[in-house]
Amino acid sequence: MAEGIRDKVAIIGMGCTKFGELWNKSAEDLMVDAFQECLEDAGVEKKDIDAAWFGVHFEEESVGKGATSMSLALKLPFIPVTRTENFCATATEAFRGACYGVASGAYDVALALGVEKLKDTGYGGLPGGPGLMGTKSALIMPKLTAPGAFAMMATRYFSVYGLSPEEGKRMLAKVSAKSHYNGARNPKAHLRREITEDQILNAPIIAWPLGLFDCCGVSDGSAAAIITRADMAKDFRPDPINVKALQVALSPGEELMYTKWDGAHVETGYRAGVMAYEEAGIRNPREEISMAEVHDCFSITEAVTMEDLQFSPRGKVKEDIEAGRFNLDGEQPVQPDGGLKCFGHPIGASGLRMLYEMYKQLQGKAELPERQIKDPRLGLTHNMGGFPAMNIVSVAIIGL
Amino acid sequence: MVGIASYGAYIPRYRMNHNTIFSAVGFLGTFPPPGENAIASHDEDALSMAVAAGVDCLGSIERQTIGGLYLATTSQPYMVRQNSALVATALDLQPGIRTADFTGSTKSGTGALLAALDAARGATSGGVLVCASDCRLSKPGSPQEYLYGDGAAAILVGVDDLIATYEGSYSVSYDFPDRWRASGEKFEHAWEDRFIRDSGYGQFVAEAISGLLKRYNMSIDEFSKIVYPGLYAREHGTIAKRLGADPSQLQDTLLNTVGDTGAASPLMMLVAALEESRPGDRIMVAGFGNGSDALFFRVTDRIDGFAGRRAVRQHLSAKKELSSYEKYLAFRNLAPMDLGMRGEIGVRTPMSALFRDRKAVLALCGSRCRECGTPQYPYQRVCVNPDCGAIDRMEEYRFSDRHGVVFTYTGDHLAASVDPPSIYGLVDFDGGGRFWFDFADCDLDSVRVGMPVEMTFRRRYVDESSGVHGYSWKAMPLRA
Repeated sequence: MAEGIRDKVAIIGMGCTKFGELWNKSAEDLMVDAFQECLEDAGVEKKDIDAAWFGVHFEEESVGKGATSMSLALKLPFIPVTRTENFCATATEAFRGACYGVASGAYDVALALGVEKLKDTGYGGLPGGPGLMGTKSALIMPKLTAPGAFAMMATRYFSVYGLSPEEGKRMLAKVSAKSHYNGARNPKAHLRREITEDQILNAPIIAWPLGLFDCCGVSDGSAAAIITRADMAKDFRPDPINVKALQVALSPGEELMYTKWDGAHVETGYRAGVMAYEEAGIRNPREEISMAEVHDCFSITEAVTMEDLQFSPRGKVKEDIEAGRFNLDGEQPVQPDGGLKCFGHPIGASGLRMLYEMYKQLQGKAELPERQIKDPRLGLTHNMGGFPAMNIVSVAIIGL
Repeated sequence: MVGIASYGAYIPRYRMNHNTIFSAVGFLGTFPPPGENAIASHDEDALSMAVAAGVDCLGSIERQTIGGLYLATTSQPYMVRQNSALVATALDLQPGIRTADFTGSTKSGTGALLAALDAARGATSGGVLVCASDCRLSKPGSPQEYLYGDGAAAILVGVDDLIATYEGSYSVSYDFPDRWRASGEKFEHAWEDRFIRDSGYGQFVAEAISGLLKRYNMSIDEFSKIVYPGLYAREHGTIAKRLGADPSQLQDTLLNTVGDTGAASPLMMLVAALEESRPGDRIMVAGFGNGSDALFFRVTDRIDGFAGRRAVRQHLSAKKELSSYEKYLAFRNLAPMDLGMRGEIGVRTPMSALFRDRKAVLALCGSRCRECGTPQYPYQRVCVNPDCGAIDRMEEYRFSDRHGVVFTYTGDHLAASVDPPSIYGLVDFDGGGRFWFDFADCDLDSVRVGMPVEMTFRRRYVDESSGVHGYSWKAMPLRA
């Protein structure tokens, strides 16, 4: 039995830019901004960093291939820099690489940085294109967009659990309304306006049954973390945050090509959660996980993820949503920073942006007192990349 | 003995009333005859409709028994890259067959049929499938726009199990310059209608039919059905009168319900005639275009047990009105439509990959695991069944003629489409297998989880920068 990553490494510094349509910032500018905050927070200098991992997804829209864009932007002094790309888990994969680099003993201090510059495409939504899933898929799969792919999960969820479109959409509206409430209170969020359930329900349809406010924003942003050995962490700061679990699960094709998957959950999400709880020694995630930042690319994704991560029983998330369980003042706050819903989803940055919120909350350093969750012990982040029928999910757990 | 072993047809779902055209472009001065035209959807063309007619015609006939495919059309997407070979691949015919394109004239429909009958007579194996299909582009406001309709027919020519035997033919050929389209041109040119009617249509059809009667020493009243296209409604009757035929012998021209389907027209009418024929009936078929071919058939006893084809009759009754002329222009790419920058993202077709994966892309073939029996699309080397996982134990498995049900779906307004929302979803096939597909010929309001579907071969995109017309299969509501 493998030992796992639990309590072997710790985060000693993090940085995160404001997310948004940053017309005047390049990907390189965003990297420098996140890096600067991260260095200051960690109290280290550039020369202390032994190795770096760099996450970016749509490299063709911004920085180009490889990792040189980061070594050049930050003037990293001839150290190893490795680029990671794994759909929406790209930033978490950079973080995982840095953690494993330190845990292996190869390095003492490592940097993970993710960036995405989405707003140079000239159109809304994520960049599309037939090559996203490979040459063969481009010839046979429908011209999917992200909203359409996740709308199909909403259709399926409503059908499996007997919700009328009205009931289902009302449930999802509460998810988005909650995140907008949180985002409105976060200076780094892109969308900072509270939205009512009725506004959400009356918004134009993007992909049936999902409307405009069921979809997350599209933004530019960057976030970064500096990691060191857990036994060295207190040399840098009094309140480092330990890594408890890092897990990734990918689809083997069963969901898309075999007929057992019910389409109303994300199998990889469930599996990655189970593996992460095992690694972190968590028996009852509903009780033990204090808070979470999950991949709410769409409202339905968040709802289903609550069940996949065993925060809510299967088919019962509606009750928890209605009871306010995941609200900022609820028993298990989810998306306390506003989530992808309000930060948007610069893919290569999102996973680290989520960790930034958990890290700050665990340190009791959420900027405004009204945002601070009371005495959190464990924070979970979750990314899902690809489509419900074919994807990757990463789960990270950090804590005191 | 050679003749017809099976028949099939295809008429697209949309119909556009002539008044719809007139209210949009009637100011140009052409006054329409009453009626409606069948309109291919934005994802259909001559090849997709040829495949649809071929699927109808083949029914459950084993694809390995087919020895050739002849395609007749004047609206083929490719000048170079054999269109019939693409259709044959989509129909999952074996490679060891003869394929040929018959084009350049609306007479090519009967020309292909004659060639197939001649081929069958000398053939050592298998029938020849003749697909005739046309989806002709007409200039907005032109008389052709009222005349032309889209449709396809398929006739399986063979030597065994015939529903009609081929009895003889007579052809005339003229370099009749009624319509022409030079290489590289988008639209046809036409000479004056009165010239086409009086010097061509009115002459050649009668000449071919009279020639046939004379050659075989027959009289016109021996035929229960006389089939020839109806370019001009009144002249259609006049030709019959000149031949001494009774109006009751004339097969309906489909002119007011489908339009003139060019190369497909005489074959679609032949299919319609076969649908209502009885053993012993004699059917005369003549085409028109740069002359005329006349053929005659005698219906056998087997016609009584012949069923299971949608043919013309069922297609005629399944229709939906296209009331927007502007949408029709968008379907035909006749007006620049804004699909947003997302719609401008290029599709580049890697031809070597297309050829390698042609069975998956064009024939909708996947695999079935010999160990556990799980069908899977596309072809997998490692079995997707988590309890199996066998490697390289697959046999080929075709999904194109399998039905399924909608597992889930959406209507996507973000995806670039000339007919938004893009409707797509996952399909669970009867007998196993699941994949995602675009949906065709349906309205979002009518789609439901669990709704039965069948598969249809469609044009996915046209990449004008590289001249590629891309095709694959979509799901559509199971037709009654």
